[in-house]
Amino acid sequence: MSNLKSQISNLTKEEVKHIAKLAKLKLTEEEVEKFQQQLSEVLEYMKVLNEVETGGVEPTAQVTGLENVFREDEVFPSLEPNEALSCAPAREGNFFKTGVVLEK
Amino acid sequence: MKLYELTISQAKEGLEKKKFSVKDLVASCLEQIKKLNPKLNAFITVCEKEALKEAEKKDLEIKKLRNLEIKGKFPLFGIPIAAKDLFCTKGIRTTAGSKVLENYIPVYDATVIKKLKEAGAIIIGKTNCDAWAHGSSGENSDFGPTKNPFDETRVPGGSSSGSAVAVATGMSLAATGTDTGGSIRLPAAFCGVVGLKPTYGRVSRFGVVAMASSLDCMGHFTKNIEDSALILSVTAGKDPYDATTPSFETPDYLKNLKKEIRGIKIGVPKEYFIKGMEKEIEQQTLLAIKGLEKLGAKIVEISLPHTKYAVATYYIIQPAEVSSNLARYDGIRYGFGREKFGDEAKRRIMLGTYTLSAGYYEAYYLKAMKVRTLIKQDFAEAFKKVQAIVTPVSPTLPFKLGEKTQDPLKMYLSDIFTIPANLAGLPALALPIGFVNNLPVGIQILGPQFSEELLFRIGYALERQRENEK
Repeated sequence: MSNLKSQISNLTKEEVKHIAKLAKLKLTEEEVEKFQQQLSEVLEYMKVLNEVETGGVEPTAQVTGLENVFREDEVFPSLEPNEALSCAPAREGNFFKTGVVLEK
Repeated sequence: MKLYELTISQAKEGLEKKKFSVKDLVASCLEQIKKLNPKLNAFITVCEKEALKEAEKKDLEIKKLRNLEIKGKFPLFGIPIAAKDLFCTKGIRTTAGSKVLENYIPVYDATVIKKLKEAGAIIIGKTNCDAWAHGSSGENSDFGPTKNPFDETRVPGGSSSGSAVAVATGMSLAATGTDTGGSIRLPAAFCGVVGLKPTYGRVSRFGVVAMASSLDCMGHFTKNIEDSALILSVTAGKDPYDATTPSFETPDYLKNLKKEIRGIKIGVPKEYFIKGMEKEIEQQTLLAIKGLEKLGAKIVEISLPHTKYAVATYYIIQPAEVSSNLARYDGIRYGFGREKFGDEAKRRIMLGTYTLSAGYYEAYYLKAMKVRTLIKQDFAEAFKKVQAIVTPVSPTLPFKLGEKTQDPLKMYLSDIFTIPANLAGLPALALPIGFVNNLPVGIQILGPQFSEELLFRIGYALERQRENEK
């Protein structure tokens, strides 16, 4: 069974680690192995779409056909700073406080 | 009859005739919660204090208001409703079933919640669900799985697991849900209640934790079709906060509910009767179709040739949108950090990140969006011949807890019959049709976009027929 599964595996461990990094997820070695197998199986299943001829077919992103929905550019009330910051783990004055992003 | 057993329309009548108070009604549901929730785990948060306080307030108001005023302005006056824990509720914790949001207390109400409250409803609690609505069984909740009330060793269906169980057991008279690939219809079928997935954009998504934005639909669970139509009349409509809600008017969904269905053409797609479907489910479905025929509907065999590609299409588009929507959870403005994501969220974020990344976008995402067009066209072709389509909701009865948790792909395939409606943006109404081995079975009725009124009419006729046969 494990042999068969590794055969269809089309994601490498390195790729799994790379995707996790792009998505800002930290994985343990065990998770890397587990997800490598599970995600490969799902990707393998998706190959069924190769059977479908899609030449000349337009992609669908919005199903009900609405386009260019505009509204008047009017000012209306929004959250007060204290409300907006009410769930923040750390704040300074009326700002969210974060860790350092850019190093000197 | 106990108060928690009432439908919304029965409860409204009782309140109008002063047979009981709003507080009696709310207290009856709260008692059910106390009695059953420790076993079934349908609620993450119960709003006991808030709901009772609101009920007392309503009982004072009822003395001042005339019945006519209540009927006109407050169609859900005093009705206890549960909300899936994906809907933001002002001042009440909203977790999305995930530890990432375990401490998140929204400062505003989702549009659906706001509309329900304005119609007089009382929010009785927040229901359990698969974390971020990722799942078909309820088992992906970070707050423990919900159990099926008909057999506690089985799943109630997901992702809106707690909402379906709450309505099935009278812990609330109705409950909100979200349906991205079947998350209302599957639990409705597994728990023997009515579940509506409206047309994409019919109900505002504002204030509901986003899963896959081109697929997410806000719907609800009720004990019968009439209640479902009543709630949609409240929740549907244009919302300036959600640009996908069209501006045309919301019909009164109760108006044509009781009209007969003689002469209506209903399609049965041959692709929905597949190998691997449980025999008893097929039998029950065919029996319901016969029932429609007896009611005067014309049954027509149709074909939706791209059906078999729906799951693969969906599992490209949906995780891609998930990876984008879950990117906002950084633990800076609210909630905890990304280390709290569970396995399923991680899988979907990574799948989406992969299929959207440079070099793979065309092979996966763009390809899936094109197949989505073909699936949508299948339905458009079918609706030239028929006015509605009827299919099973699930190929199997409610499965055992733990049966599919180690095999994500197997779990994904549970939604094989529900996914196409989301890809095509169609409304779909799931309703119970019977039991097999003491477990509920449901069917779904699909129609063209914005045809909810017709779906309710067909559903109502079937429901009445079943009641008469009892």
